[in-house]
Amino acid sequence: MSVGTEDLLKFYYYLLLTRGLEDRVIKLYRQGRILGGCYVGSGEEAISVGSACALEPRDVIAPTHRDLGAHLVKGVQPKEYMAQYLGRRTGLTRGKDGNVHFGDLSRHIIGFISPMADGIPVAAGAALAFKIRREPRIAVAYCGDGASSRGDFHEGLNLAAVLTLPIVFICHNNQYAYSVPLSRQMAVPHVADRAKAYGFPTRIIDGNDVLAVYEATTEAAARARSGGGPTFIECKTMRMRGHAEHDDASYVPRELLEEWRRKDPIQRFERTLREREVPEASMRAVQVRVLKEIEDAVDFAEKSPLPDAHEALEGVFAT
Amino acid sequence: MEEITYLEAIRQALWEEMDQDERVFLLGEDIGAYGGAFKITKGFLEKFGEERVIDTPLAESGFVGAAIGAALVGMRPVVEMQFADFISCAFDQIVNMAAKHHYRLREPVPMVIRAPYGGRLHAGPFHSQCPEAWFVHSPGLKVVAPSTPYDAKGLLKASIRDPNPVIYCEHKYLYRHAKGEVPSGEYVLPLGEADVKRQGSDITLITYGAMVQQGLEAADQMSAQGIEVELVDLRTLYPLDTETILASVKKTGKTLIVHEAPQVCGIGAEIAAVIAQEAFRHLDAPVMRLTAPHTPVPFSSPLEDFYLPNAAKIASKLKDLASY
Repeated sequence: MSVGTEDLLKFYYYLLLTRGLEDRVIKLYRQGRILGGCYVGSGEEAISVGSACALEPRDVIAPTHRDLGAHLVKGVQPKEYMAQYLGRRTGLTRGKDGNVHFGDLSRHIIGFISPMADGIPVAAGAALAFKIRREPRIAVAYCGDGASSRGDFHEGLNLAAVLTLPIVFICHNNQYAYSVPLSRQMAVPHVADRAKAYGFPTRIIDGNDVLAVYEATTEAAARARSGGGPTFIECKTMRMRGHAEHDDASYVPRELLEEWRRKDPIQRFERTLREREVPEASMRAVQVRVLKEIEDAVDFAEKSPLPDAHEALEGVFAT
Repeated sequence: MEEITYLEAIRQALWEEMDQDERVFLLGEDIGAYGGAFKITKGFLEKFGEERVIDTPLAESGFVGAAIGAALVGMRPVVEMQFADFISCAFDQIVNMAAKHHYRLREPVPMVIRAPYGGRLHAGPFHSQCPEAWFVHSPGLKVVAPSTPYDAKGLLKASIRDPNPVIYCEHKYLYRHAKGEVPSGEYVLPLGEADVKRQGSDITLITYGAMVQQGLEAADQMSAQGIEVELVDLRTLYPLDTETILASVKKTGKTLIVHEAPQVCGIGAEIAAVIAQEAFRHLDAPVMRLTAPHTPVPFSSPLEDFYLPNAAKIASKLKDLASY
């Protein structure tokens, strides 16, 4: 698959923006400037960015808390993300929910909620609607290795299989579910081994290679869109920080982290860009743009109003 | 006006809504060729096709989740729980995903979960439960529980057209034991409005679902003894029509709340608290409750008969209240 310089720089932009925003949020967390917990996907950016870049604008995604990149590709603005973290009215939930628990159907993002794997059958339902209405759209459901132990994972995959739904499942296998390692999550080596039981194609790919994720998602999306049904893509990666920032992840062997640090998806992609002779000046321009957008986002969020207390009572029901 | 069963009223509401709105579709177990465990959807597959009458795998959380997803992108799914008892398998999707979505993101989730509930059919602890209070306690859900064919039809149509997730509790005993007149033309009843099924000046009887029939029978017995009971049929459990409840209680000064679900933290507890707070000075007697005991629903006839409120037990409580 040939990916032109423009696309390469687009991937680079979203990878850097994702990493940069999350690094900034970690700092704000340490400074006590954000509310609540802090959940990032450091080291897993290639999965959300590579997959989301392979989709059509009207395809729907159901991301997780490790998928900021997919949100950004779908059009969430850095300032909205920061405002959400700071509990501001300008955040996507107007202060009703925190951190990465947001979505926006006008940008084709189904809001994430804390019970893992709940988004899988929900995304399948969106795909079902597209199928019923004969729209050439697909859904993409994200999950982690931990979520693959929940019933909703299996119920969602099976439903998608028997109804031949236009959906792609993307799993971040980051090897830890909070403190529980993969070996205590399942007795098979790969999450894809579980998915195989449902009778549609599965793939295991290098989740730290944005081009591999892009290529695999492009292929799976084409199959889904043409009526070929679901695909499950297991992206091997590593959770490089704690479950959230309160967690020092001391239970993860240091050597394992060192090994994966050498496979950092952004450093690897920068090497790829240089191998493909993308001009240094173009890369530098992306870096400068990203830094500015992050600082503007923090500034916007901190200047945004907090919600009024009485807004706590608003919006329980649609009218 | 034609007289039809409660089951037929539900069937008609579904049929008419599907016929006039292509966004409406059905999901559930055995609802296709088999026509549903209670035959509500008999003939639907032939009329509307397998894309709109979807037999799902046995996976309640999965198909409720799918209904939520379809609702989010513009469909109007109606889910059939084969029995309300199995709704607990989908509890997380209902209370965490569907119920909270609009509050968080201001995006509507227009969907209905039909929940065939209730006892008196000797169906035991897993096919007789009344789960409605679980959902009334979860902000973001509407909960409907009609007692007559007329209400069942008009309220199901309103539930399907509502932009929020609605738990529609349809009482299994009433399917073939409740008959009534239903207009031949189109009508929709508003959610959130109780209905005074019988006027009276001495005691207010507040109930819903299958206990309405039993309550009306008890009220007739009381009338023969010169006690006039006013029966308030809640019809919608959330939002609760406190206006109608309080107006009746202020008129009679005595209240009996009856439900088939267990007493502790049930709908009756909430209503009693509202009355105590808002109508205390109008009360001539303590607010009484008659409900199921705090046990699972038992199977064998003497056990289930003991467990369930009925007309005789209601009449006995009404007598106590009348002489208070």
